[in-house]
Amino acid sequence: MDNAIQARDLVKTFGETRALDGVDLTTRPGEVHGFLGPNGAGKSTTIRILLGLLRKDAGAVTVLGMHPWNEAVELHRRLAYVPGDVHLWPNLSGGEAIDLLASLRGGMDRQRRDDLVERFQLDPTKRCSTYSKGNRQKVGVIAAFASPQVELYLLDEPTSGLDPLMESVFQEVVEEVRRQGASVLLSSHILAEAEKLCDRVSIIRDGRIVESGTLAELRHLTRTSVTVETEHPVTGLVDLEGVHDASADGTHARFEVEAEGLDAALRHLTGFGVRALTSTPPTLEELFMRHYGGASPTADGGIR
Amino acid sequence: MTTLTGTRRLVRLALRRDRVVLPVWIVGLTGLLAAVVTSVLGLYASDRERSEAATFAANDTVTRAFNGPVAGSDPGSLVMSEAFVFVGVLVALMCAQAVVRHTRTEEETGRAELIGAGVVGRHARLTAALAVAFGAALLVGAAAGVVLTASGLPTRGSLLAGAAYAGVGVVFGGVAAVTAQVAEQARAANAWAGGVLGLAFLVRAIGDAAGHVASSGDAVVSAWPSWVSPLGWGQQVRPFAAGHLGPFALTVAAAALLAGIAYVLTDHRDVGQGMRSVRPGPARADTGLLRPLGLAWRQQRGVLLGWLVAMAILGAAFGAVGESTEDISEMSEQFAALLEQFGGGSLVDGYFAFLMRLVAILTAGYTVQALLRLRSEEAAGRLEPLLATAVARPRWLLAQVVLAAAGTAAVLLLAGAAAGVAYGLATGDLAGGVGGPLSAAAVQVPAALALGGGVVLVFGLQPRWTAPVAWGGLAFAFVVGQFGGVLDLPQAVINLSPFVHPPLLPAADLDVTPVVVLLLVAVALAAVGVAAFRRRDLVTAA
Repeated sequence: MDNAIQARDLVKTFGETRALDGVDLTTRPGEVHGFLGPNGAGKSTTIRILLGLLRKDAGAVTVLGMHPWNEAVELHRRLAYVPGDVHLWPNLSGGEAIDLLASLRGGMDRQRRDDLVERFQLDPTKRCSTYSKGNRQKVGVIAAFASPQVELYLLDEPTSGLDPLMESVFQEVVEEVRRQGASVLLSSHILAEAEKLCDRVSIIRDGRIVESGTLAELRHLTRTSVTVETEHPVTGLVDLEGVHDASADGTHARFEVEAEGLDAALRHLTGFGVRALTSTPPTLEELFMRHYGGASPTADGGIR
Repeated sequence: MTTLTGTRRLVRLALRRDRVVLPVWIVGLTGLLAAVVTSVLGLYASDRERSEAATFAANDTVTRAFNGPVAGSDPGSLVMSEAFVFVGVLVALMCAQAVVRHTRTEEETGRAELIGAGVVGRHARLTAALAVAFGAALLVGAAAGVVLTASGLPTRGSLLAGAAYAGVGVVFGGVAAVTAQVAEQARAANAWAGGVLGLAFLVRAIGDAAGHVASSGDAVVSAWPSWVSPLGWGQQVRPFAAGHLGPFALTVAAAALLAGIAYVLTDHRDVGQGMRSVRPGPARADTGLLRPLGLAWRQQRGVLLGWLVAMAILGAAFGAVGESTEDISEMSEQFAALLEQFGGGSLVDGYFAFLMRLVAILTAGYTVQALLRLRSEEAAGRLEPLLATAVARPRWLLAQVVLAAAGTAAVLLLAGAAAGVAYGLATGDLAGGVGGPLSAAAVQVPAALALGGGVVLVFGLQPRWTAPVAWGGLAFAFVVGQFGGVLDLPQAVINLSPFVHPPLLPAADLDVTPVVVLLLVAVALAAVGVAAFRRRDLVTAA
């Protein structure tokens, strides 16, 4: 079976700006793939190319085995898209906008649509011009998930503006479509959301994918923080392979250790009589910070 | 902190944002005025020619309705007769749009909220918008005064004329300040201000048409309706004749009253909301909406209805006075010669041929407005989710274009039919009266569509240029149509306007060739536009 998304070496320039500089992105069938990166890294530009709204300058891309530019209409029957900022027709009601977008995709499951309106607590009779950002976002999400037989969801920061309650409803909905076998590309910078939902993630920076893999694989690349209380003061930690930022205060010690050095570090500690030990696995956030922390700030607005 | 704190900064911000728009308006208007002045002075060089022209303008009901009351045979009064109304309408549009741009448009984009959260008083935004609009009006007035003086016209009259232009701008700045408080959206605020402007034109057209010729024979005394129209006030100054100052009192009072109303209203509404609250809509979409054509209809129907009503009224008003052209025939050989040039049929036929050409150019304003939705949908980001569904790009584009084309034909034919019916009723021969104006309107439909085709082409090739090119093209066609003869433009330039090509029905014989060619041009331009749109990236507003 084809990968849901297969992009190789995508390049897109806007005038002088090189928005995408060789993006490789693979989303396997049935997986929820996190697409992470700071503002302006190229997430939306990539998704717009996958949708055939923008033309790639170079590279190769297939979506559901199809060419996103040449076969856009056929492809769009099989996928659903939620932009990060849903813009709607001011004089239409929210219900009308949902029906319009879902129907134009090729079909709408009315039962499902009403169910989603209920779950997201949206008043569908309000005019789109009076909706808040969060409510406009709900309209986009409901319209995307109300279509039956969608094989791929392209979600570009779909939960921006949603409150935590609605965010968890959104996560349930994504789980539901995952169980039905759909693939999802979820662009986000809410890392907790990605950690909860994603099977694999790709991290993009300055138009390039800098890291890609399962969360477990990515965690492997970073450090575990350890806090330990021992009977005797710990010594010699700094000399160990892979240990960083070690500090000791009498019988309390804390340090960070790379995955490869974890075993040796624990063996070393047992020699001092361990009383208590907490270890925190690396969060996506730390992973993220490692890639972006201290980096030269990238100008926002690279995606136009 | 007062309610005006921060006004000065907001004015600076508005000027910075308008650093292209306002200079283009001001230079364009001044240039147009200068061109007309030069031509009028050249065209009517001798006292005899001026006297004839003024006598004609005073006696012809239609000229009175279009141009307003001529004030005498002197060069300045003739210039005002030719140029005041049309330049004045443009000054009014400039000021009204500036006010809406810096009030409701800012609120809709959310920028106003960002700024309102700063150290900015409650009335600062409206005050800044009015200051910018009034400033632009005064600048245009001053520039007009300089242009007129430099053309050798009397200084006092020139300055009064400039002040009259500025007055029109100031009043319509005030009108827009009120509509910006009331309307539910910026687009509606502009439309309402435009509606008031149309009404002001119509009211003074009626007042001037219903007026009588002064004893001197070369000036008009307007009837009372001219005195309730802000455009009329400007004309009643009669800068180069009597030079009345009284109308300025009306102008200032009206502007002050409108601004006062706007300030009161602004205290009673929320940012981003008009006085008219938005009613809830249906929870489900009607199946008719769920197609690109259904969506296009839903978006365009309000604008189309407004144009249908406005152009039907205009058509009927000018149709009703058509009969009076017969009376002038004995009086003015010059007018007869002019009509001869147009077609050579009867005077009434020539009148309707001329009128429908103008009506067609005005209707093209609808065409442009409807087609600019293409760009605004794309720029606002509403097109993106739509094209991410199973809607092919040409299908969406053609739905909008077909509706705009059908709307154009409907508006133009209705205006023609209304003129025909009104003329038929006035002459008592309804069946015989309708055909002429209606056929005159029908042959102009392809011309308006050709302009529309050009808009689609630009949208396909260079989306960011769509609005400036579309309005520029319309303005060009208008200037050629209204001042083409006066300005003595080269024929090659005149030929660029599609509206000069259709046969001048009912005065001339029906020549199908130019009509078909224009239709083909329209289709070809639109087809290239569609093809280009299929190949390009979507461009949202930066």
